[in-house]
Amino acid sequence: MNIIKLVVFAFASFITFTANAALDIEITGGSAQQIPIAVVPFGNGNSIKHKMADIINADLRRSGLFKLLDTRGMPNKPTNASQIKHAEWAALQAQAVVVGSVSPIAGGKLKVSFQLVDVLKQRKLADMDFQLKPKHARMTAHKIADVIYQKLTGRPGAFASRIAYVTKKGTRHYLYVADADGYNPQVLVNSIEPVISPAWSPDGTKMAYVSFEKKKPIVFVHTLTTGKRKIVANYKGNNSAPAWSPNGKKLAIVLTYGANSQIYTINASGGGLKRITKSRGIDTEPAFSPDGKWIYFSSDRGGSPQIYKTSAGGGGVSRVTFKGAYNVSPHFSPDGKSLAYIRNDGGRFKVATQDLASGQVQLLSQGSQDESPSFAPNGSMILYATKKGARGSLAAVSFDGKVRQSLREARGDVREPAWGPMLK
Amino acid sequence: MINPKKIQSKLLIAAAISVFLVGCKSTPIQDGASVEDKSPSATADGSDVKGAVIDGSSASGSSNELNDPNSILSKRNIYFDYNSDTIRAEYRPNVEAHAKYLNAHNSTKMTLQGNADERGTREYNLSLAQRRAVAVKRALNILGVQDAQIETVSYGEENASANCGAEDCFQQDRRVEIVYPNE
Repeated sequence: MNIIKLVVFAFASFITFTANAALDIEITGGSAQQIPIAVVPFGNGNSIKHKMADIINADLRRSGLFKLLDTRGMPNKPTNASQIKHAEWAALQAQAVVVGSVSPIAGGKLKVSFQLVDVLKQRKLADMDFQLKPKHARMTAHKIADVIYQKLTGRPGAFASRIAYVTKKGTRHYLYVADADGYNPQVLVNSIEPVISPAWSPDGTKMAYVSFEKKKPIVFVHTLTTGKRKIVANYKGNNSAPAWSPNGKKLAIVLTYGANSQIYTINASGGGLKRITKSRGIDTEPAFSPDGKWIYFSSDRGGSPQIYKTSAGGGGVSRVTFKGAYNVSPHFSPDGKSLAYIRNDGGRFKVATQDLASGQVQLLSQGSQDESPSFAPNGSMILYATKKGARGSLAAVSFDGKVRQSLREARGDVREPAWGPMLK
Repeated sequence: MINPKKIQSKLLIAAAISVFLVGCKSTPIQDGASVEDKSPSATADGSDVKGAVIDGSSASGSSNELNDPNSILSKRNIYFDYNSDTIRAEYRPNVEAHAKYLNAHNSTKMTLQGNADERGTREYNLSLAQRRAVAVKRALNILGVQDAQIETVSYGEENASANCGAEDCFQQDRRVEIVYPNE
């Protein structure tokens, strides 16, 4: 009986994987001190397609901060905190145990309960109930993983968030939005012409991007839930590199009235054009600081491409990067204390981070064509595009460089990732 | 098709661009596939998105002296050094021939399409390739070609070869293409 169950379970999870995951995530490395944790299969968990414990396990493992203990050999499988025999879990050297259950409730909804228990102190660290539609089961598991992450590391999680990326398959370009674990990919744009530079609005409801569908780069703002898209910048020359202001009211964009790209701001709904930079060089890749006071950008005004900053209203330009002959694509950490960017390191383009207070720089990635760094909404990891041979793929690295993830799509050339804000 | 009247753009520019789109089909946008309805939930909102499908168009070719393989006018690519927008001396006869043609056909419009190799970031390369296109435009302007006859557009590294390992491959990607209407 048990064997039959296992076979069916394995088959079902395979189907789930191929049907819903676009990106296959492989993890290497890990924190030196991983927190040992056991996530017990949820009671009545087979009543839903997605297995809560599996999703929570995968989330915690991906962070590199947890050691996920195998619960299959355990004599008891508690589904709520009162059933936990602490000595059994202490013997497994679990520091914490996660238990829970799923039950159908009125209106076709589900109730998911979970508890996080500190094994040594024999104390509940979290005890929560969720009511949800079955289709939101995966996102609820991510929210539970975020609670566990926060309780055990003291920092917020970022599992209940989404990413955007562009995949080129054959001659077509697809802009995708997917859950942070690569599941539930949905096509936002499907175009014969290139799509680049997706940028999430701060509230996660809109995406700005550059589409070449009118045979030149134009900036669109796309409302995710309605599919309504609006051209917000279609001026003479290039319209590119959209970046949202922290309050979501403005976009910094790049226009080329003449030979050189210059930075402007517009209203997020279009119009209200204001020039921000005035130089005789290329000024591009604007990024607002999280406090909204500054716009950082790439410029070759001093000869080689370097990162500069100007006040968000324009004026007062100063240089930010000094080492190396090519530093571009500034992206802020959510706390505004660090900058991730791309450095040409002896002919290899890598992700670097710079502490803005001390100026200290750390090279984090190992590729040769790495691009488009963006921070997870909790600042723990940096997602970026990398390349092996002809195919692009995505990668993520922890802020300390110790944990690495490789995100690959079975077919297609993946590029232009952007990590979105937390889902409300 | 997105309504161009909504575009916050100068009318003159819109008119200039529309000339280049003559002969192109419209770009239909349909609802994307696998779209679920969005309804509020206790725990997870806003996880569904709606998309758009955009199909391009292919224009028919034209045949005249521009495409005569024995004419220098059929040589449409001007190549650049790494991270440079300087037109090399070897391409001067090429630029001069196109200037002469455009001056003789002053109602003819053309597009200079700038490109970059894949090294560096997509946005930086979009800017660099634009500067290359404008460098060729200015060379044509000096030779008497009217601004109204020339549109510049940058494709950055979007048309770059997928797997360059060496300079001769990168070199092919660092170019400005001279494109006449209906090509």
